[in-house]
Formats: sequence, structure tokens, C-alpha cells
Amino acid sequence: MLGSFAVLRKQSLLGDAISHAALPGIAIAFLITGAKDSNTLLLGALVSGLIGTFWIRSIVKKTHLKSDTALGLILSLFFGFGMLLLTFIQKQPNANQAGLDKYLFGQAATLVESDVWLMAIVTGLCLFVLLLFWKEFKILLFDADYTKTLGFNTKFIDILITSFIVLAIVLGLQTVGVVLMSAMLLAPAAAARQWTNSLSTMVFLAAIFGAFSGVFGTAISASQTNLSTGPVIVLVASVFVFFSFVFSPSRGLLFKQIRFIKNRRDLELHKTLTFMHHIAETHDDISHPHAIKLLNNFQGFTRKTLQKLVKKDYVELQGNMWSLTEIGFETAANLYTKQSTEDE
Amino acid sequence: MTKIAVKVDDLTVAYNYKPVLWDIDLEIPEGVLMAIVGPNGAGKSTLIKSILGILKPIAGSVSIYGKPYEKQRQLVAYVPQKGSVDWDFPTTALDVVMMGTYGSLGWIKRPRQKEKKAALEALEKVGMLAFKNRQISQLSGGQQQRIFLARALVQNASIYFMDEPFQGVDATTEIAIINILKELRKAGKTVIVVHHDLQTVPEYFDWVTFLNVKKIATGPVKDIFNDDNLTKTYGINYKVSIQK
Ligand SMILES: Nc1ncnc2c1ncn2[C@@H]1O[C@H](COP(=O)(O)OP(=O)(O)O)[C@@H](O)[C@H]1O
Ligand SMILES: [Mg+2]
Repeated sequence: MLGSFAVLRKQSLLGDAISHAALPGIAIAFLITGAKDSNTLLLGALVSGLIGTFWIRSIVKKTHLKSDTALGLILSLFFGFGMLLLTFIQKQPNANQAGLDKYLFGQAATLVESDVWLMAIVTGLCLFVLLLFWKEFKILLFDADYTKTLGFNTKFIDILITSFIVLAIVLGLQTVGVVLMSAMLLAPAAAARQWTNSLSTMVFLAAIFGAFSGVFGTAISASQTNLSTGPVIVLVASVFVFFSFVFSPSRGLLFKQIRFIKNRRDLELHKTLTFMHHIAETHDDISHPHAIKLLNNFQGFTRKTLQKLVKKDYVELQGNMWSLTEIGFETAANLYTKQSTEDE
Repeated sequence: MTKIAVKVDDLTVAYNYKPVLWDIDLEIPEGVLMAIVGPNGAGKSTLIKSILGILKPIAGSVSIYGKPYEKQRQLVAYVPQKGSVDWDFPTTALDVVMMGTYGSLGWIKRPRQKEKKAALEALEKVGMLAFKNRQISQLSGGQQQRIFLARALVQNASIYFMDEPFQGVDATTEIAIINILKELRKAGKTVIVVHHDLQTVPEYFDWVTFLNVKKIATGPVKDIFNDDNLTKTYGINYKVSIQK
């Protein structure tokens, strides 16, 4: 759901950066408390995720680095540091350490009831804030400079959006894991974008796709003993994306291709028909037959187009001769005027 | 003596240490239709953005009718350069124009019937009513420009800043837009336009500012729009074939 905003901001890497940045937070929280209590660990993840995110912001603002570069930099820095800490923890003689790596790939099976409650509450909160500041989010995403001139505190809106994206990511870590989190954030939104041109529908669809992927993915992974939940969920989400990119009626590849072919065919038919009309016009009697040979000079002509024109009752064939029907003549005349007015 | 609508004092702006605007002083009288001209990279967009508080200047101040800009925001409307936003954003023409009402609505409050009516009227004024439900990605360049203009009109401001509103528009749209601008002036509004086509300056505008990092000149078109100022602004020995 919040992924919609990340997609529209063309900050697709942000999710990646945040989730990777969260890793050292988890490790540090573990080192400090020595406990595996998931709330504490997530708090650590939240803090380091936020630090990473706003660090990226300030790098982009204060230097010439492009945001992708800054993202990559922070991402590898934090992830490297996090892995270092994890390795260090692993070597410690502490019975508790096992299970921390679930944050890498996610393991929904380890979720307990309180985790689920926490997720539900935060999701509800996100939803509430989203609805409350809908208008502000929308205008900021579309035209930030203009938003500023209207007197809105754009920094505040920005921080709000970013914080909620970080929050959503951190919560998802337990289920999907650091490595695949950004895919989980972006996939439903990217899929949703294919189906709609309205921001509200897009966010709604993304939420549905996301939820469905979650439920379905968890179910699949639970039914098999050795499947991690995270990858399965992301796989399900990817199926949505693939399906959407191919089959969406307005933006999908399939329909674009079909439309393209259909347009080309129509154009061929029209061209031939117009040409015939030209010839027919030279005679008083429109149904005067002409040799098919006459059309040979014309590049757009094929047997197939001719047959199609016959099928549409625009043209009659008699042996090697063709003639326009009444309907054919009129259609052609209309085409002609329509085209010339459209050209203007 | 007419009132001064916009006053800029000692404005200096830089991106990363390199000054883009240097010590600009500018007074724009109320009720003029003014062109800002200058070569690419002269800082025209930067000047507007600094006046509107989008960019923070290194030095200098801006006042609107004698008070700081922050207190007079509601008097000022902005039409950004068309290329500054992503037109693939999932929204409709009407929706974009409605954004012009967000400022007076303030935080959280949603636009209602009254705001919608104002937006529809603005769309009608720019001749885009028939396209109100069209996706903005499916509008032509000229139509997108009209939408931007309508969004500013909804704000019902006293001073309008427009960044290249004639960029990439067809002749019909250009005439439609200039007529709206002239109407605004007739209604006593002040309109400031970044403009590229020097040929049309005398025909469209009554006031002009020459800018190239520094302010070269500002004043009535009939007094200062001449080869001398054009040469100072554009560097090369400028001979305009402009019939006055
Ligand atoms: N965001 C930016 N960061 C760095 N330099 C910029 C930025 N925007 C503009 N500039 C530079 O500032 C100068 C003035 O730009 P601008 O105000 O857009 O000129 P104009 O609108 O007159 O063409 C140019 O040299 C441009 O390269
Ligand atoms: Mg510019």
C-alpha cells in the first residue's frame, strides 16, 4: 500500500535501502538487551532504518551524488555492518542467538500472536494517517514546489510519508526478511499501477495484491515443510506483477500488441478502400468494374485485404474484376473526409 | 504613483556555491504584464523560485505589497515549468486543477462542492472543460499547459508567476493563453512571465526585465526593449528585427 508512494516517487531502491539499513539495528538491539523479544529487536530496526533513510536524504541534498548512488552507498554500508554484527553474535556463546537470521529471509511461522496484533495496529494507524493526509500526500507527490507555494510544510509531509514507509518495512521484516522486503513493498504497487489511472484505486489495489500475496504465500509455505515464507510470498507477488504487465487492458504488453496489429490492419484496409474510391470516382457509375491488376501498383493491397473488404460488403468481386458497392463507396468517402479533417 | 506589488532587495542565490543570481534589485508595479527574458541558464526560473520561497537565497529579501512573502502567500499563484512534474502521475485534469484550492483549504480538509465548482469554472476559462475527466498523461503539451494555468486561476490570486507558459504549445493555445493573461491584467492583477520568444515581447507585454545572472534592466517595454539591452543580456551583438 505504502509502496504506491515509493513507486510514484521513482524511489524504488528506497525500500531496499531501508530494509538493509534496519539490519544493524536488529543486531545492536540484540547485543544490548541479549534478548530475542521481537518488539525490542524491531525497535532497533526502526531506529536504524530511520537513521539510514534520513542520512540518504541529506547526502542527496548536500552533495552532487544522485539519489541512486547515495542509496547504494548507505545500503551496502549498513548491510555490511549488520552482517558483521550478526557474524559476531553467532560466535558468541549465547544460546539465544539462533533465530536472528530469520530476519534475513523471513519466517512467518515464528510469528506469535502479539506480533500479529502489533502489525494490525500499525497497519490501522497507517491507514488512518493515509486517509487523513490524502490530499497533502497526493499534491506533494505530484508537484512538490507548487505545494510549497501554497503554504504547506512540505518537509513535514515528506517525513511523514517516509516514516510510514520505514515503519511498514520494519514490520514486514519478520515475515519477508531483509533481502526480499523491497520486492514485497514495490511489487503490489507496480502491479496495481498497470490496472488503473487513479491514485486511490492504485493504493487500494496494491493493498489487496499485497494482502493476497501474504496470505497465499504463507499458506503455501506452511503446507510444505521446507519452504521459507518470505520467498514464497514475494514469488506470489511477482506473479501478480507479471500478469499485470502482460494483461492489463490499457498498459499491458499483450493488449498493446493486439491494438497495434489491429490498427495496422485497419489502416491497410482503409488505404486500399480509399484507393479504390479514387478510381471509382472517375466513373459516373460507382459499381463499374475495374481490373484487380490496377491495384497491383498499390503497395497496401493484398488478397487478404481484398477478401476482408468483400466480407464487409464494401467490394464485389467478379473474376478478375472488382467494383465498389454502395456502402463501400460511402464508407470510403467518409473515411476520406474524416482523415482530412483530422489532419488539420 | 502606482503601488509596488513585488519588491526584491539584494537577492543573491547559489546552487552549491556557484552564484546563479547576483545582487538582484527589482520592483514590479501593480497591474503590469511583465516578461522576464534572458538566455538559457540566466537564472529566470531560479529568480521566480526564490521569490516564492521554494529556494532559499544566500542573501536578500522579498516583499509582496510591502510585507514579507510568507505573510502574503495567498496573494500569489505559481505556474511551474511544465517539465517539472511527472505527467504520467495517475490523476485527472480536474483533479490537478482542484489542487489550486488546497492552499485556501489548509491541512486535512477535503475539497467540496464549492471547490469543485471553482475548478470547473477555471477549466472552462482555459477551454478545457470537455477534458475534465481525461488522464493528464493523455493530454497534449498545450492542454497540459492550460491545466497548469487553470490551477493557478483557481487560486484567485493578485500576483501570478508563470515559468515559460508558452513552451511547446501550438499557436491556438498561445493566443488563448495570452488572452487570459491580458484579461488578468485588465482585472488589475500583476502577471510575471518567463518568456523566450523575443519577437512577441512588444506585442504581448507592457513591462520587461532583462536578466542574466545580474539584472540588466527593468521597465516599460516601449522605453527599454532595444538592441542595447538585448546585446547586454545575450552577449552577442544583438540586432532585433522587431517592428515597433
Ligand atoms: N537544482 C540545481 N542544481 C544546481 N544547479 C542548478 C539547479 N537548477 C538550476 N541550476 C543552474 O542554475 C543556473 C540557472 O538556472 P535556471 O534558473 O533554471 O535558468 P533559466 O530558467 O533562466 O534557464 C543554470 O546555470 C543551471 O545550470
Ligand atoms: Mg527556466
